[in-house]
Amino acid sequence: MANETKRVKGDVLLEIRGLKIEGQSDDQWKPIIKGLDLSLKRGEVLGLIGESGAGKSTLGLAGMGYARPGCRISAGSINFDGIDLIAATEDVKRGLWGSRIAYVAQSAAASFNPAHHLIDQTVETAVNHNIMPRDKAEADARDLYKRLQLPNPDTIGERFPHQVSGGQLQRAMTAMAMSCRPDLIIFDEPTTALDVTTQVEVLAAMRNIVDQFNTAAIYITHDLAVVAQMAHRIMVLRYGNLVEEAPTRAMLKQPTQEYTKSLWAVRKLQKPESSSDDIILSINAVDATYGGGTAKVLDNVSVKIPRGRTVAVVGESGSGKSTLARAVTGLLPPSKGEILFNGTALPAALANRQRDTLRRIQMIYQSADTALNPRQKVRDIIGRPLEFYLGLKGADRDRKVVELLESIELDESYIDRFPSEMSGGQKQRISIARALAAEPEVIICDEVTSALDQIVQEEILSLLMKLQKDTNVTYIFITHDIATVRAIADEIVVMHRGKVVQQGLKSKVLNPPYPAYTELLLSSVPEMDPDWLTNLLKKRKVTV
Amino acid sequence: MHPVLKTVLQRLGLGLLTLFAVSIIIFSSLQMLPGGYAQNILGQGATPETVKNFNHELGLDRPAYVRYVEWIGNAVQGDFGNSYSGTTGTIKRSVSGIIGPRLYNTFFLASMAAIVAVPLSLLLGVLAALYRNSWYDRIVNSLTLTTIAMPEFFIAYLLMFFFAVKHRWFYTLSTVSESTPFWEHVSRASLPALTMTLVIIAHMMRMTRASIINLLASPYIEMAQLKGVSKSQVIIRHALPNAWAPIATVIAFNLAYLVVGVVVVEVVFVYPGVGQMMVDAVSSRDMPVVQACALIFAATYITLNLLADIVSIVTNPRLLHPK
Amino acid sequence: MTNTTEPLRQIKARRTAFENITRTLKTAPLSAWFGMIVIAIYAFFAIFAPWLAPFAENDVIGKAYEQSSATSILGTDQIGRDLYSRLIYGARNTIGIALVTTLVSFLFGGSLGVLAALKRGWLDQGISRVVDAFLAIPVLIFALMMLAVVGKSVINLVVILALLDATRVFRLSRAVALNAVVMDYVESAKLRGEGMGWIVFKEIVPNILPPLITEFGLRFCFVFLTISALSFLGVGIQPPTADWGSMVAENKTLITFGNPAPLYPAAAIALLTVAVNFVVDWFLHKTSGLRDGK
Repeated sequence: MANETKRVKGDVLLEIRGLKIEGQSDDQWKPIIKGLDLSLKRGEVLGLIGESGAGKSTLGLAGMGYARPGCRISAGSINFDGIDLIAATEDVKRGLWGSRIAYVAQSAAASFNPAHHLIDQTVETAVNHNIMPRDKAEADARDLYKRLQLPNPDTIGERFPHQVSGGQLQRAMTAMAMSCRPDLIIFDEPTTALDVTTQVEVLAAMRNIVDQFNTAAIYITHDLAVVAQMAHRIMVLRYGNLVEEAPTRAMLKQPTQEYTKSLWAVRKLQKPESSSDDIILSINAVDATYGGGTAKVLDNVSVKIPRGRTVAVVGESGSGKSTLARAVTGLLPPSKGEILFNGTALPAALANRQRDTLRRIQMIYQSADTALNPRQKVRDIIGRPLEFYLGLKGADRDRKVVELLESIELDESYIDRFPSEMSGGQKQRISIARALAAEPEVIICDEVTSALDQIVQEEILSLLMKLQKDTNVTYIFITHDIATVRAIADEIVVMHRGKVVQQGLKSKVLNPPYPAYTELLLSSVPEMDPDWLTNLLKKRKVTV
Repeated sequence: MHPVLKTVLQRLGLGLLTLFAVSIIIFSSLQMLPGGYAQNILGQGATPETVKNFNHELGLDRPAYVRYVEWIGNAVQGDFGNSYSGTTGTIKRSVSGIIGPRLYNTFFLASMAAIVAVPLSLLLGVLAALYRNSWYDRIVNSLTLTTIAMPEFFIAYLLMFFFAVKHRWFYTLSTVSESTPFWEHVSRASLPALTMTLVIIAHMMRMTRASIINLLASPYIEMAQLKGVSKSQVIIRHALPNAWAPIATVIAFNLAYLVVGVVVVEVVFVYPGVGQMMVDAVSSRDMPVVQACALIFAATYITLNLLADIVSIVTNPRLLHPK
Repeated sequence: MTNTTEPLRQIKARRTAFENITRTLKTAPLSAWFGMIVIAIYAFFAIFAPWLAPFAENDVIGKAYEQSSATSILGTDQIGRDLYSRLIYGARNTIGIALVTTLVSFLFGGSLGVLAALKRGWLDQGISRVVDAFLAIPVLIFALMMLAVVGKSVINLVVILALLDATRVFRLSRAVALNAVVMDYVESAKLRGEGMGWIVFKEIVPNILPPLITEFGLRFCFVFLTISALSFLGVGIQPPTADWGSMVAENKTLITFGNPAPLYPAAAIALLTVAVNFVVDWFLHKTSGLRDGK
């Protein structure tokens, strides 16, 4: 490309000083970014990392001089290659956007216009800004599709967004961002919505193309392992403030701030595995279908759950892992096979189960926001199973609620709170207490930590382990997160497309030899090593 | 079969089915009366003999399904039987004969209102959406909310009071006949048309504004802005192709609203349309006329919604370009 | 208490229900205040009509169509009754009938809607299809037809309109209940083995109340306007009952003589619905918080 030569690595491309951004809520302006500096050189990739509410997306968009509706830039300066983006008129910014600064959004499916062909959307900016004539832009787009390893690069542009998969769309959006060879691309959580096995391909394609054109980029994510593959330098944000900033390798090796260190926390947690032959729940050759249809969501699934242990069920979306939970609870009666609980067959449908059977199998959900009735106080949320199963009433019931609150490390003042008056982690604790109140033998944990921030995840996991030690409860732990599995499981069940790929002790499943799918799944999980992706790609190229 | 064609046919089938169900509801309303329609009309004092004669005269003594098949079979061909009023004499007035010219009048009035109201409210609604929270938007919001909340006859009489009585700009009463020349018809119908226009504009503007705002909140619109697409291009290239379905829904909803609105407005201005006729028939309990009117109104309503759904189907890229 | 993270947002300080209400009222915009005051005045007149009206509902106090005077500030109607007194009694009759109709419609349509959302299956399918058919006929047209069949009376009017309106209420309450039914807390209650009563009244109803209250306001306006329209058309509330819709019809000839008397009852109807709409609009803004689709 002709204009590639003018890119010189070394001089500053984007310079943000003292930036403050406010967001409107309840007719008041509240700070989102509380005075941040950021500087980015040509060709450099900067990772912005932080948990939800850290302001990382807002900061990324500010790099384009854009504030979402309901947000305003209240102080500071944004300078892009000598252009003051705060003072710049809409027309000036519009001239930059797409051509010199491009944006890649999280949800490709929602961010592509459903009414136009992919290629028309890819070349739109190049043609509109008179950077290239249409035929040249289209030829270039096909070239980009090829470089991003999209299948059928010559014809895929003629497709509509809904006709290609999520991972392909995300790459097509990268092609769209790259179409004018911008100086800077903002990647806003581009792989968060993807499955891990898809994520690898997309990450590789994006990194490759940014390298090829020596484009500067801001890569926004909440996943430290992902950003480690992509970025030269990392900024850790929290509540709109900078926590720490360092080159990637230095930060991974030696984080200086407590908060940054805590982001590793869940990886540190390690539970030694232990086996058991005392089977509490035995799932035998179970099939399940939705809506009486013919498509099996569970296909001949057999799993044995040992008492007092944690069995992690892992798989990607559509693997049937949550359906397995629904079959065990009776919400989705199996179309074939049986489930033995303490040696006797469980009635397939929920309605046919005894109250005491229901009591013994409890469930904790992914999102406490939807699992706790927003109109009930903690007293009633935890108190109801006590009353319902154990017949406790009045003061006895309240006393037991307080005891349970203490066991989940919350004090008794929480008894009169509504869910909306607690943080995410506290709400998840209440969900745990509600399950415990029934004095169950088995608790099914459905992605219980995936909606929580890293630091809170670790607290919840430690609490669950402590409770297991105290009560000898059995956990069926459904998750897609291998790091969590590594931390807490005794046994692991790997599922793929409704089938069990593998079941066994953690040490066995997580170590070679692997069945092919387990290998693909495990190797696709990003690791906290900046060379992980490079090595993986090398290895896969060799093996393929 | 192409998915679009398949979905359109399914929707057409559903429309026919709905129409069938509605015709049954309308037909069977007459059967629901305890003691029967005749007893109710003739009063408690009627002898069984008179009731029997009455029923026989109207053909009500035959089984319901036979009468339904006959009624709907004739209705499809435009024959709604004979009016009850006037059956005492030898001259029977056919319902279709009474309805025909009035249907034309009502259609005339509704078209007058729609021609002005639809483009105007789409334009004003889109503007309110584009400049939302501006003073224009706020004023329009309060004005339309107020207009929507008012009964049609209040608006009608207000207009009549100021524009036909205080200032003699319009006719107070919209008496027209088949011999009325076209432009005089327009001029006589202009005050009722104006009333309906005001009502429709208020409803339609609000709906247009809401659906355009909804559309503009889509992530692909933000993406288009961040690609440096100009404001007008964002609207024309990115919003418009996805706007047909919501706009068609808004138009159909409001035209359907117009169908109901004509009843009151026709009565206020004594305009000889179907609505006024239906009210008269209700008062005299002339059931063949009432049922015919109800069926016509319901069929119009169903057809409009059907059209809107078909527009949504044929502009949906997911159906147009299947995987 | 080991939670070391700062909460994502300020945890709300505990307030009593009364404090909450007064706080909310303080932030109400002018239009909502206007609406609430108007509604309060209407309620006052409706409740205390016999004490506030100078004459009884059907007292003939003079000749027909008298101009306004010291005894009769708005003049008399077509048979010489005091318009002002009838206007006040009309508040009681018209609003009362509309309110009863809306309540019946909500009890009936609302409970069926929640039931259908919860049970799904053939029950839901059955009711939904019947309701779909009814939704395809405009309310005013259907009401006119039914009134022709069963005859004009207040009871018939209330029953017919309540049933017709219940189909609309069914649709909405089913939709909001469906949103609540798929919530994990409802599934959790089912897994606990809770009965239908608990699930409906403890888990679902408290969560769907705010949208239903808003809808009640809108449905009331709609019913109120429909009753007024039917009465105006002469097939709704029947004489000699004082009712705003009929009063407009009874005195409509005055308009052509430049006397605005028939406009007063019409304005009374308009003012109340405008007021209710303003309050509902504010309530919607308050409870959804995302009115502009942001």
